[in-house]
Amino acid sequence: MLTKRIIPCLDVRDGKVTKGVEFKNNVDLGDPVAMAKFYYQEGADEIVFYDITASSDARNIMIDVVSRTAETIFIPYSVGGGIRTLEDMRRVILAGGEKVSVNSAAVLHPNIITEGKRAFGSQCIVLSMDVKAVQPSPAIPSGYEIYIHGGRKAMGMDAVEWAKRGEELGAGELVVNSIDADGTTAGFELNLTRRIAEAVGIPVIASGGAGKPQHLYDVFTKGKADAAIVASMVHFGTYKISEIKHYLQKRGVRIRTSY
Amino acid sequence: MIAIIDYKAGNLTSVLRAVKHLGHDVEITRDHERIRQAERLIFPGVGAAGAAMDVLRREGLAELVKEQVLDKRKPFLAICIGIQIIFENSEEDDAQCLGLLPGTVKLFRETEWEDETLKVPQIGWNRLYQVQEHPIFNGVQDDAEVYFVNSYYCEPKNASQIIGESEYGVRFACAVAKDNLVATQFHLEKSGPIGLRMLNNFCEWRP
Repeated sequence: MLTKRIIPCLDVRDGKVTKGVEFKNNVDLGDPVAMAKFYYQEGADEIVFYDITASSDARNIMIDVVSRTAETIFIPYSVGGGIRTLEDMRRVILAGGEKVSVNSAAVLHPNIITEGKRAFGSQCIVLSMDVKAVQPSPAIPSGYEIYIHGGRKAMGMDAVEWAKRGEELGAGELVVNSIDADGTTAGFELNLTRRIAEAVGIPVIASGGAGKPQHLYDVFTKGKADAAIVASMVHFGTYKISEIKHYLQKRGVRIRTSY
Repeated sequence: MIAIIDYKAGNLTSVLRAVKHLGHDVEITRDHERIRQAERLIFPGVGAAGAAMDVLRREGLAELVKEQVLDKRKPFLAICIGIQIIFENSEEDDAQCLGLLPGTVKLFRETEWEDETLKVPQIGWNRLYQVQEHPIFNGVQDDAEVYFVNSYYCEPKNASQIIGESEYGVRFACAVAKDNLVATQFHLEKSGPIGLRMLNNFCEWRP
């Protein structure tokens, strides 16, 4: 049976990993390819690159990162951030990216999901969504609202409904990022994750809030997530991937142990 | 030279990069002459069985592959959609396939397992149980996890051709072999160091 996946996320700007990543172990700080290789060797099950490059001119740098990564690590990895068109997807996939994730662009133009599915297969298309808890209302019965543009703009859309729609449109996986939990290291938004995991038939990747191994245990059991994204808890060297896996394995969670 | 057979089934470059990384001489081609010259063949891909078979027939590759595998007895590795179209037929698109091995290909049913509904396709890492010894498994521990993305699985008629199994609601064949042919449902090129080990074992295999 499938193992639960642990996925380090690297934010990349202009070809460099950003925000207070403190690597030891002689890793070239800031080089996304070197960091991806480090996590690959540590036993990460997948890697996510999130491109936060502001100018579109600099996007070629990201494509170069993707292509160098493809020659270095041999596990799946996905690329998100700034993917707006089929052509953006094609460039990432041709460069060697296994999956592309779409977020704001899919909210504004849902067809991009279906077009991506037709061109590359749904296993390549990840729908990523930024979600915030709000008062339940007729428009947002679940009490979880979709935001876009990095959490700056509320869309008046229900997150559970959008997840189901995304599956129908052809997304192969969902990343559910809680804006409330993101950056807190206080744990994933378990209720949100479970609500979406129970509503769809495709894998759900929980994002936002991972601070210690127990948080992953909780999101895999109570949250019913198939995979979980980790960032600062591993970037600062607080935990190693192997420690997280050891913790989960002892508690009976199926994880990948041979690498 | 190792030829990766290009039949327009998805992105073949990840297999190319992995084989290059291992230091072997490899190229992607659909040129019949290059395929005939190759010392061994890799038949990878993602996509749908029907579309893949259409391309193979239109390009004359179906006959060429059969000739290379059955008559020339070249080492042949099929991956993912590759393992599905070496059987006789597939539930996917009701496709008639190459028939290099007797058997069929079936769709995973959505089933309950423990307290979960199993999702189709399966996407992720699953255990590989080695049910028979094979050179491709040299140096690979039993029960290692490998990376899958599949909705369909093969069901060989001849159980003695199954070398590896996995479990997803049903116990299914995820690696099969016969003579100079070996095939895996999982992606060797995305299965980390263990996948690379198996890929390298194939590249050095003398059946």
